[in-house]
Order: sequence, then structure tokens, then C-alpha cells
Amino acid sequence: MAGEDQTLRSDLGLYDYLPWPNRPKITWPGNKKLAVWIAPNIEFYEYDPPDNPTRKPWARPNPDVLQYSHRDYGNRAGWQRMMAAMDAAGFRGSVSLNVALCEHHPEIIKACADRGWEFFSHGIYNTRYVYNLDIEQERAIIRDAFETVRNHTGQELAGWLSPALSNNFWTMDILSEAGIQYTCDMFHDDQPMPVHVKTGKLISMPYSLEMNDVIVYNTQKVTPRHYAEIIKRQFDQLYKDADDSGMVMCIPLHPYLVGQPHRIEAFAEAISYISGHEGVWQTTGREIAQAYHASGAYDAMKKAIASHQDEWGTR
Amino acid sequence: MSMPDTYLHYPARRYGMDHERYEWSDLFQRKPIVWPNGARIALSVVTHVQHFPLDMPAKPFKAPGALMMPYPDFRYYTNRDYGNRLGVFRILKVLAEKGLHTSFALNAVVAERYPALLKAIVDAGHEIVAHGYDMGKVHHSGLTLEAESALIDQSLTLLRQKSGQAVSGWLSPGRAQSFNTPDLLAAHAVSYCFDWANDDLPYAMVTDQGSLVSMPLAYETDDRVVADEYFHSEPEWVQQIKDRFDVLYRETETYGGRVMSLPLHSWVSGMPYRVAYLREVLDYILSHQGVWTAPSHEIVAAYQAQV
Repeated sequence: MAGEDQTLRSDLGLYDYLPWPNRPKITWPGNKKLAVWIAPNIEFYEYDPPDNPTRKPWARPNPDVLQYSHRDYGNRAGWQRMMAAMDAAGFRGSVSLNVALCEHHPEIIKACADRGWEFFSHGIYNTRYVYNLDIEQERAIIRDAFETVRNHTGQELAGWLSPALSNNFWTMDILSEAGIQYTCDMFHDDQPMPVHVKTGKLISMPYSLEMNDVIVYNTQKVTPRHYAEIIKRQFDQLYKDADDSGMVMCIPLHPYLVGQPHRIEAFAEAISYISGHEGVWQTTGREIAQAYHASGAYDAMKKAIASHQDEWGTR
Repeated sequence: MSMPDTYLHYPARRYGMDHERYEWSDLFQRKPIVWPNGARIALSVVTHVQHFPLDMPAKPFKAPGALMMPYPDFRYYTNRDYGNRLGVFRILKVLAEKGLHTSFALNAVVAERYPALLKAIVDAGHEIVAHGYDMGKVHHSGLTLEAESALIDQSLTLLRQKSGQAVSGWLSPGRAQSFNTPDLLAAHAVSYCFDWANDDLPYAMVTDQGSLVSMPLAYETDDRVVADEYFHSEPEWVQQIKDRFDVLYRETETYGGRVMSLPLHSWVSGMPYRVAYLREVLDYILSHQGVWTAPSHEIVAAYQAQV
């Protein structure tokens, strides 16, 4: 990565170990047990994107019309089905947004904004990665994302999921420096946790690969109906686990996948199952981050981490 | 390694699509389509009839279903060819049982290699759709305009001459196109193509050679994709087809007609252990009121008459 120490690292160095037992108790608003948030990735993949030496945007030479049009299905048809299912279950979304979609499809942005959905940034396009960028180029992307979302929705970005999960070692520092409050790029916990950054109080928000429709359908090759079963089982266990302390469940989605006619009904039924539980806090990433700080959980976790390290000599 | 600042330039960042091939359109905000006799669902069954040459090139990429073993690959060459010898006839039999006239997408070389098969499909009243020349000749932007034009011309000429049909539909091998393909298709009197997987209704594409319609062809419930990419069982394929149909059928109450497409491969659904599941999904779909099954060019014509 440009301008960076090229030595390979054995550890991300971005967070500290803190085992689950005896953590400080997290209390969510209204004494709810489990915060459940849904993060639709509303994405735009380019027809003729430039190559990045680390990752080619498409498997076939541009234009890869089959894969391009498959993604485009989400923005023509799938998003409406996904949104209707979420409306029916009383979920707002926290949109993981390729911000150029504000320019391409303001109609979709408006429908989300009208429902009080949160927008967080998933980069400019899903076909532009941060690999091989220098720190100033990556800062320019972050500025672009803040400005674009502010201009089109009036919202200040609070969350970030790197485009196509591409990252540099400095990424968390410059996100936090720009005012980002939570990152979705790490999957090490079911509770928000502090992230080591040079400035600010960035937290890692549970986002989940395992509940992510693209992973479940396309990597794990799971059937649409079994995806619904997985969601319900994950929920049941986390709901029990949250008897003692607040936890977080996230369902990351892609409208081009979950919004297909052969998939939507099973998914709709699964999230209605979740919203039928009294101890569920149907919320957004932004609200979870706010509650985490406001309740003192961030400071309590920092303290608990320090004590753990002192006790075990791992500081 | 570093990237030029042009990597952060976005020349097509603007309202609508980032290309000129079609306009963005929300499926749920369009003028409702009504199919003939008030039908709610137009069922488009598209059976792929394919030839995978033993020496098919690996570059720039292989079409799905391509031979995978070291040359000479007896294994997959013959397995795919099974579809042309037996599998397709099982599918034809099921379609005849149900009295359905549908579409068959043929690699053009099949017309030359197996004229008896072409005749059986045509005589049964099905539409011939051009499926490129063979599965080894994929369309991509490394082809010159002239080379791709010649490939399209060769494919269409062969199928038109041998079938006696107009052959107005196109499905590229691997659903792969170059930047030029839609223009070239329109220039060769193709009126619709199946390659783009972004809609549940036909929509107008833009070419510099006249009109071209994009026809839906379900990508993820294609029999080959479910069997060979998702590794789901036949009953799971049936469930997904039924679930897909149910949602589309329900949407027609509010939003007008939809297309239910059923892509089949002669070497997949034509297998002895699979063909009963094809019968099951057709029985399920056809048990509903308001399902109109037709060759795809008729569905395109019905759409065009309303927009």
C-alpha cells in the first residue's frame, strides 16, 4: 500500500481481546435486550470501471453484462420488495450506500429518507476499492461521501463499511478523524467494541458476515428458505444470550439478492418473527452507537479491557 | 504500487444509468401490462440446446457449463452432448403433454450438426432463438466489430436458413456481450435478447441500429445455475420456482402482468432423474388461472403493442 510500511503484519492491531464472561453490562433504551438492525447494501456497480491491480471489478472483460445487470436488478425491482418486507415488520434500514447512487437513483434515496432510514457510507461505487490508494486519496473518498450524503439527504454520516470490504491499515484512523462513529468492517463480536484510532472514539458495530445474504446465498450456497431458518436461529440464541446484557444482531442485505421473487417471502417471514418479540429494539446503526456512548458502555468497556490486561499481563 | 488520481474520477456519475443502453425504470411504477385474454403471467420457457466444442478456448473466459477436464475432455463433452441426443426429447415430450409452444435457444452449430433435432423442435411448434454459434465462441469486447458482426451473421443465417423461421430472439453464449453486441443484434434484425438479468418485464434497449427489447430470463432459478452453481437438489429447485411464481403472480393483482421465465438446459432438466420435477413445476404454474404460455417473440410482441 502506497506510503505505508510494506512489512506484513500478523495482527490487525485495531482492537483488544476481552472475553465474553464478566463484561460490563450494556443497557439499551427502554430496557430492550437485543438491538436488531438491518443494513441493506444499496449499491451501484459500474458498467465500465477502471481496473485496480489488487482486484478486478468484474470476472469477465468490461462490460460484464450478466453480472452488471444482476446487480442492477436490485435497483429496478429488488429494493421495492425488500423495503415492503421491512415496512411490514416495522424495520427501518441503515443503508450501506454507494454514495454515487444519490446521483444515479435519487428516487430510491427519497423512498429510504421518507421512511426515516439512516444512510451510512459504503464508498462511492462498489467497483472502486481503496487498495493501492494513498492516504490523501482515501481522505478524498471520505470527504466525497460526507458531502454527497449531506447534500442529498441532510444526514451527517455516522457509519462506514468500506467499498467491497477493501481496507488499508490507516483507514480506521482517517474515518474517525473525519467524524465516523462506527465501522462495520470487523466481525469479531456481538457487542459494539472500542477500536484503536488516533483521534475520536470509533467503535466496531456488529454487522455479521454470517447473516449477510450475499455470503449465505452465494458463498455458503444456502437455499432461500434455509436462509430464513438461519436468521431465526441466530435471533433465538442471541435473544437468550441478551438476558444478562444488551447485544446486537445485524442482518446485512443486498436487494439484488434478497429482493428476488423466489427469496423475498421466506425473508419477510423471518423478520416478522423477530419483530414479534417484546425485548427487541428495532433500531439503526447510528442509534446503537449513540446509546452505547450515552449509557457509558464505551467507557466501561475501555476500563474492563485495561483491567483484563493488567490481570493477565497482556497490556 | 499507487493509483493515479483519475481512479477517483467518475465520468458517468449522473442521473440514471452509467451507460446509454437503457433508462432506469422502477418495476413497480410502470403502466400495468395486460397479456392477451387478460392473462396475469406470461410464462416463457426457454430450453438451451448447446454444443461445447472439445477444443473450446479458455480465453478470455469460458462460458458456464464449459469442459473442465484436461484435453481431450471425454467426460464433459459427452455429458453435455447427452442433452442433444436424449435430454431434449424428454423435455419436448413434457411440453407436448402440456400442449405448450415455447422457445428453444440453439447454438447455431446444432442446426448443422443435428438437423433432425432442429426439425423435431420446429415441427413441435416451438420458436428457435439464436444462442450464438457454439459455447466456445463467447462475445466480448476483445472481438473487433467486424469479427463479432460476422459471428452474429453466421449464427443467424444458419438458424434462419435451416429452421425457416424469422429467428428474432437472441441469447449470447454465457449471456456475455461486448460493448457493441446490442447494436449488432439490432442491425441483424434481432428484435429481442435474453442476456440482461435486471427485470421481470421486457423493456426497451437503445441501440444505434434501431429497437431492441430486453426479455427477462431468470438467472438464479435457471436449472443449471441451481444444480451446478448452488448445488441445490431438484426438490429445492422446484420450491424456488414455486416461490418465485407465487410472488410474481401475487404482484400482478396490483402492478399488472409479469413474465415468469423458466430457463432449462437439455443436459440438466433432460436427465432421467430430473424430468419429473420439470413436470411438477409446470403442473403447479399451469394450475393457476391467467397463465399464458407462449414463444417469447409473442410475449415481446404483446409487450410492444402496449408501450
